[in-house]
Amino acid sequence: MRAARKGDDEAYRRLLLRVATWLRAVASRGLAAAGRPNADCEDIVQETLLAMHLKRDTWDETQPLQPWLRAIARHKLVDHLRRRGFTDHVDIDDHSDTLAAPASAEEGSALDARQMLASLPERQRRIVEGISIEGQSARDVGVRMGMSEGAVRVTLHRALRALAEVYRRDRT
Amino acid sequence: MKTEQFVASLVTDRAWSVRPLGRSVSRAVLAGALVSLVIFALEFGPRVDLAAAFATWRFDAKLALVLSALVAASAACLAMARPVITVRWRWAVLPVLLIAAAALGAELAVVPAGTWETRLVGSNALVCLTAIPLFALAPLAALLLTLRHAAPASPTLAGAACGALAAAAAAVIYAFHCFDDSPLFVFTWYSSAAIPVILLGAVVGRRLLRW
Repeated sequence: MRAARKGDDEAYRRLLLRVATWLRAVASRGLAAAGRPNADCEDIVQETLLAMHLKRDTWDETQPLQPWLRAIARHKLVDHLRRRGFTDHVDIDDHSDTLAAPASAEEGSALDARQMLASLPERQRRIVEGISIEGQSARDVGVRMGMSEGAVRVTLHRALRALAEVYRRDRT
Repeated sequence: MKTEQFVASLVTDRAWSVRPLGRSVSRAVLAGALVSLVIFALEFGPRVDLAAAFATWRFDAKLALVLSALVAASAACLAMARPVITVRWRWAVLPVLLIAAAALGAELAVVPAGTWETRLVGSNALVCLTAIPLFALAPLAALLLTLRHAAPASPTLAGAACGALAAAAAAVIYAFHCFDDSPLFVFTWYSSAAIPVILLGAVVGRRLLRW
């Protein structure tokens, strides 16, 4: 995270992927404990990663990273279950001692994420899809859409914030 | 969309500068206080004997008290804006208590017991009770909007901390208008004036600061 803050894209990617693996285990067990189908798992993972990313300035560099990650993961899991009408206490501490939790396969369908994207304005959706699904760089997407790289980044940022808002509001 | 693919969007967005929380909170307080300063200049204005007041210990103690409250409330607000609340901010409350205790002790020691009540009631408690919440409104709004980008462990507590910080900023401004310098007055009425602001912050924060 420190390296990522200094401007190392690769370090940030590795961190996000590692956290995603850990989150998958946490979300999957949380869902199982609540008696919910595992289909939502990938959705929770993506929503939590997004929250982590957008709110990364709330991590205090003088504090360890893990409790911060765990707090966000717990918050998002509880939030998700509450929206589905599950109100019991959720405790993720038992199985979140380490980030290197066993990697389980990406089972849950991320169908919802695609529906989420569909609710974004056309331009925002195409940029997220271009970068995520087609794996293009911001510059490539800009060339294709006739926008400057800076404009693509601005729109991408708006899209991510809008996406977080969609996650928060529209799911029942 | 697979998570591994989604990560690419987040990585591309990484360069988007995230302003440190402390800086955005101080910006919000400054922006809100500026609005309040305009109200202060138009409707209240500084007390006429301001220059002379600086020379009295009571006025200086009052300033020290509201400024230390501002520091303590800032620390609390920053702590509450995070998903993991650390308790370090409590240390910032210590100076407030020490200054209050020292000022109250000195006041009780130097003035005769018979005048305590007059000094406590002061001459414009009502103005104090309206002006501080009024000056706090703009900073509170700015702070709540800023903290929407944060991730508070408890939205209610974070809202209350915003209220405390806004009230402290308002108290600093109001201190330059208020004629009542007795620590008895300041301690009683300034903190009473902060209560509605803290409650308002908690109520609005509970709804607005969910994430």
